[in-house]
Amino acid sequence: MANVKFSRSEFEKSVKITKEMEEKISMFGTPLESLTDGEVEIDITPNRPDLLSLQGYLRAFEAFLGKKGRTGMRKYEVNKSDYKLKVEKSLPDEWPYAFACFVKGLKMNDEKIKEIIQLQEKLGTTLLRDRRKGGLGVYPLDKIKFPIVFRGMDADEIKFRPLEFSEVLTARQILAKHPTGRRYSHICEAWSKMPVFVDSNNIIMSMPPIINSHDVGKVDEETRDVFVEVTGNDKNIIQKALVIMATALADMGGAIYQVECKQQDGATSKQPLLKPEVMKLNTKNVNEVLGINLPDSRIRKLLERMGYNYDIRKKEVKAPAWRVDILHEADVIEDIAIAYGYENFKPMMPDKPNMIGEESGKSRFCRKIAEVLIGLGFLEVSSYYLLRESDLKKTRQRVLFEVDGSKTDYKYLRSNLITGALRVLSENTDTEYPQKIFEIGDVFVRDRKSRTETGIGEKTKLVISLAPGNFTGAKQAVEHLIRMFNLNSNYKVESGKKKGMIEGRVGNLIINNKKAGFIGEVHPAILKSLKIKTPVAIAELNLKMLYNSAGG
Amino acid sequence: MVKTEEILESLSPIERKVLPYIRDGRVEDIQSKSGMDSTSILRALQFLEKKGIIKKEVKKNKIVEIDDNGRIYLGEGLPERKLLNVIFREKRAEIQKLKKESGLDDNEFNAALGALKGKALVNVENGGIVFVGAGAESEASGKMIEEKFLESLPKNLGEIKDEQKLAYENLSERKGIIKIKEIQDYSVVLTPLGKEVLGGKESRAKSIKSYEGMIEGVTPEIIKSREWKERKFRRYDVESPVPEIHGGKKHFVNQAVEYGKRTWMDMGFKEMTGKLTQTGFWNFDALFTAQDHPVREMQDTFYIKSARGRLPEKKVVEAVKKSHEGKVGGSRGWGYKWKEDEARKVVLRTHTTCLSAQTLAKLGELKNSKNKEGKYFAIGMNFRNETLDWSHGFQFNQSEGIVVGRNLNFRHLLGYLKEFFRKMGYEKIRFRPSYFPYTEPSVEIEVWNSEKKVWLELGGAGMFRPEVTIPLLGEHIPVLAWGPGFDRTIMEYYEIKDLREMYENDLNKLRKKKAWMK
Repeated sequence: MANVKFSRSEFEKSVKITKEMEEKISMFGTPLESLTDGEVEIDITPNRPDLLSLQGYLRAFEAFLGKKGRTGMRKYEVNKSDYKLKVEKSLPDEWPYAFACFVKGLKMNDEKIKEIIQLQEKLGTTLLRDRRKGGLGVYPLDKIKFPIVFRGMDADEIKFRPLEFSEVLTARQILAKHPTGRRYSHICEAWSKMPVFVDSNNIIMSMPPIINSHDVGKVDEETRDVFVEVTGNDKNIIQKALVIMATALADMGGAIYQVECKQQDGATSKQPLLKPEVMKLNTKNVNEVLGINLPDSRIRKLLERMGYNYDIRKKEVKAPAWRVDILHEADVIEDIAIAYGYENFKPMMPDKPNMIGEESGKSRFCRKIAEVLIGLGFLEVSSYYLLRESDLKKTRQRVLFEVDGSKTDYKYLRSNLITGALRVLSENTDTEYPQKIFEIGDVFVRDRKSRTETGIGEKTKLVISLAPGNFTGAKQAVEHLIRMFNLNSNYKVESGKKKGMIEGRVGNLIINNKKAGFIGEVHPAILKSLKIKTPVAIAELNLKMLYNSAGG
Repeated sequence: MVKTEEILESLSPIERKVLPYIRDGRVEDIQSKSGMDSTSILRALQFLEKKGIIKKEVKKNKIVEIDDNGRIYLGEGLPERKLLNVIFREKRAEIQKLKKESGLDDNEFNAALGALKGKALVNVENGGIVFVGAGAESEASGKMIEEKFLESLPKNLGEIKDEQKLAYENLSERKGIIKIKEIQDYSVVLTPLGKEVLGGKESRAKSIKSYEGMIEGVTPEIIKSREWKERKFRRYDVESPVPEIHGGKKHFVNQAVEYGKRTWMDMGFKEMTGKLTQTGFWNFDALFTAQDHPVREMQDTFYIKSARGRLPEKKVVEAVKKSHEGKVGGSRGWGYKWKEDEARKVVLRTHTTCLSAQTLAKLGELKNSKNKEGKYFAIGMNFRNETLDWSHGFQFNQSEGIVVGRNLNFRHLLGYLKEFFRKMGYEKIRFRPSYFPYTEPSVEIEVWNSEKKVWLELGGAGMFRPEVTIPLLGEHIPVLAWGPGFDRTIMEYYEIKDLREMYENDLNKLRKKKAWMK
């Protein structure tokens, strides 16, 4: 999601924001995040990059409101020009495409420059995925001499003065020194060459997707005509970005001019591509999916309020070129629902399918176990599924699985519930004793027999611990549980061993001749490292084995 | 009279035991005379005070005690004694030499020398020391007043005798030899009511004694022997506070989760279960989440280090691949070549929606398309790579439900949502358009917060896209889906402001937390 901020006064030149209008903004699918005297902040979902500019937003929103002359697909005239862009084969494989156009007759001011920069940035972070798919640049047209080329050069050969810098730097220096360079340098780390735009005076205009030249790539209040380029590796997406920027500039009062763009393979296109996408739309499907019964003419009106054109006879919908999210009829149907107004649908419960509610066996069993333990006065705790290194160290556990790039110290998947239970006791040494706690939860273990798709086995376990407590106390609780599930005859405790427990005070729990857990007294060395001052007895059980044996 | 009688009947054994000694005032005296332990006495006095029979008076007392250095000196001798011994031996010596011989540090040496000079036991010449007078020798062989005083400790400050004052002052000026501790001394006096209850001085012991035969706890013998016919039950002070006890109980989050489950089951949904670790395939691909979608980045999702999973049977994988590449149900797809490796990465599930995808795939195996219809739900833990502070956490509970049915439509989705959230206790809700990669139309359910005067998000919903249903179910059947978050409901109910409190396991708080009453 991206939040965009528009000037309220600019917004209100088209739409006055009343209480009712605040509601409408949200019901257009773009929640109003905040509203002050100066600013309107709106949340734009990632499927609608065309709404990231004030112009694009108002274009769609005014249609949604049904304003006269604002519904249906907005038309833009694209003027011809003989300006050309050539993409050279010298480019790095990772950044092969470039497209461009220009827009003339803009009356620049502070506000507009701010809007252009916001749109450029937001497109970069959302649609262009933090510039990893592409970058977009805007330049004053009068500083560029056509034709221009997009070419790959060695990082040390590239020399220009980057935006807001006073000195000329090499590409390598820009990536190391310039704040923007540093921020995006990870994108081009592995590239053999760096892409640059060079005009016919052999002046380097910019180094996409990093930064423009300060000398020829900075738009200011004097600028009337602008050149716009997009480059990157996702051919379709970057062309959409160009359309979104060009139409926003046109809505600011400019006239769009095309540039002939020749790619490495020789394919030539005149950009921007404003040709609408045509899609079949069956109005019967619309009514079926939405549970309403609208005549075609009404559906056409709703479509026009979402910026489409609809040909009833051909059953064809035309979606504007700046929309990136129309993959399927379903997307158009949703837009019809939005235009109809979600608040206008009458909610209705269907008769079918009809089923009887059912709890899973696992849930039911866990619930029963908890009930028995609560009857014994145990308090349930709930701990994190991820552990810290210190948790593992203090309880002498090995690491089985680790997550990548955790933003916190928590990065190891728990492989038992003992660690968590001991942490609880160690963090509650000032709390009244006795402390009798239990936890039921899933833990992560190696899947040696390759039973799972992930290679990670998950076991549902139960841990109970008593502080102060001894072996007898823990065994009593376990045996009570065993009796409640009628397992006495298949159950025994055998002498065993367990790391972290006192030797000679560990019992393995055997159910139906299989090990299903253990009971033990925690070794004082561990208690000491956890600052626990009372004796602790602990038992851990594999609930799956209990469940199977109990015939659950 | 009735009142005093009742009071006498309500005296517990320890109160009766203490009462005869009350006139002795101080707790210590009561202790020594009655032979009871101080805890019992204090408890008895507390009960008696509550009954209005006595009044407790607290007096602060200052006690002079031996401090750390003093304790050492008591064993080894005071520095001045050590120094004096050396001087006796040497008769006459340089200061430096004395310092060395006596083994005292600078501070101790200076203090000792000063003390000896003060007693006129030594005299200092230029640079050396002279032992003074033969008479001093006999005096010095006896105990100094400081030594005597030290041995007499501890002592009440007020009880220091005049001849001890000098020694006390000398020692208190020096470091760590003695210290003063404040203690509270309890003494008690009878109130007028107490006097009335106990009667005259002579009758006191007798009258109290006559209540000794009262029944305390009811025992099997008492029941058997019908003793209550002869003896009275001692009255209890039913108003007095009793110690807290703590029962076992469910963790509050699980109480809420169970409530959620009941809500789903009441609406006829069957519970789905599944794994917390999933391949990217089930968590993302099967839900038509593009392989380059930001949500799949390590920034947002927990990937298990260097783990690669296995994909399910080929048919489903092929179908999902096709839908991404734009060959399913008239969809344009994402316009890229789908990569198997991306799908094989292992994640901690980011939503329970992956369980819905697995359920749909299972239903897809059924021959008869009528049998694919049904209602399923799940509640469980999910994960995202997030920081940990009052408003963020890396694990969260989410609930999830799907309804699969041939004739379902958008209004049915809203019908279910309205009913579900009404059951969860939310009356004023609204449905607002939203976006999720796997639903179309998509809905955000919001509840009106009258305090903050804003709409708050409760969860997402929608109808699964054909790009999801066709690969999994083998055909397009409408599927209504919604995934309400759960933690906000729990936090609201328990007025929890800090998300970390959900899993901090403060046993004190857990013991006191009220029961989930929905």
